[in-house]
Amino acid sequence: MSASPLAVTASAAGQERVFHLDHEHHADGASTMLGFWIYLMSDCLIFAMLFAVYGVLGGNYAAGPSPKDLFDLPLVAVNTAMLLLSSITYGFAMLTMDRGRVGATQAWLAVTALFGLAFVGIELSEFAHLIREGAGPQRSAFLSSFFTLVGTHGLHVSFGLIWMATLMVQVARHGLVRANRRRLMCLSLFWHFLDVIWIGVFTFVYLMGFVS
Amino acid sequence: MTRDIHAGTADHEPGEGHGSLSGYLIGFAMSVVLTAIPFALVMMGVLSKQVTALAIMALAAIQIVVHAVFFLHMNARSESGWTLMAAIFTLVLVAITLPGSLWVMYHLNANMMLDAGMSQMP
Repeated sequence: MSASPLAVTASAAGQERVFHLDHEHHADGASTMLGFWIYLMSDCLIFAMLFAVYGVLGGNYAAGPSPKDLFDLPLVAVNTAMLLLSSITYGFAMLTMDRGRVGATQAWLAVTALFGLAFVGIELSEFAHLIREGAGPQRSAFLSSFFTLVGTHGLHVSFGLIWMATLMVQVARHGLVRANRRRLMCLSLFWHFLDVIWIGVFTFVYLMGFVS
Repeated sequence: MTRDIHAGTADHEPGEGHGSLSGYLIGFAMSVVLTAIPFALVMMGVLSKQVTALAIMALAAIQIVVHAVFFLHMNARSESGWTLMAAIFTLVLVAITLPGSLWVMYHLNANMMLDAGMSQMP
């Protein structure tokens, strides 16, 4: 589709070659959002496989503790609230970014980061509690797959926090320039995507662990 | 092909189309309700196990759609529909591989748990 008009132009113009490449009018970074979305979809496949592993191995306790013995549902509810609140505050950061208000954007990003830190902190304390009780990842196939799935999600949130801190420095230095807006939008997708994954985690890992 | 006409204008401003305050607040309110109900169902245990399991899975599916629409702003227009296409493709892959893995592995488990006499069969 792009090759044929190019060939015609080149032959018709003779010595003077004019290259009409597709998408030349696109602004710098115009395809970033789509590219980042495709990355998120591949990340979604990683989590789908980890959910499948948990689904297959989650019942193999090796005569060890089961979800009912280990998980603390009120704590999981608090953790879920932290992530949900960080989602809405990131949304507020995007809305203030649209109005070009640097200070308010930074403030909402800071609030989001605090909720994210609270989430990671609660999760790490839960992990530490499990390991102290002898329910570490090496205890059973159930716990191996649990730590892999929930740990991978927590690692994503942690990297999101590093990314958020980096962008706050960028915005402080250069303001809400076009490149920074684009980066903040990518992080927005990433952050809300992690909240979607967490819906799967609290439903299939924590709540279903108490139902079955 | 008619979509391509709009592609140029849509791609020019990456800052547009990420929601309004009311959109975020509606999405947040729905998420809170859709999170609170499954936690309440499991913690209070008012329904039978099977009904509870089905209910919390259905509520999770609804909440994922709510997040996709109100927070991720998925629609058929962004990037000329390619984000939606990529999402549908991913969903198809997940729909094949995830239930497929569970189905195969549960059957395998069931077959392995037959009595010793069966495993001696040629």
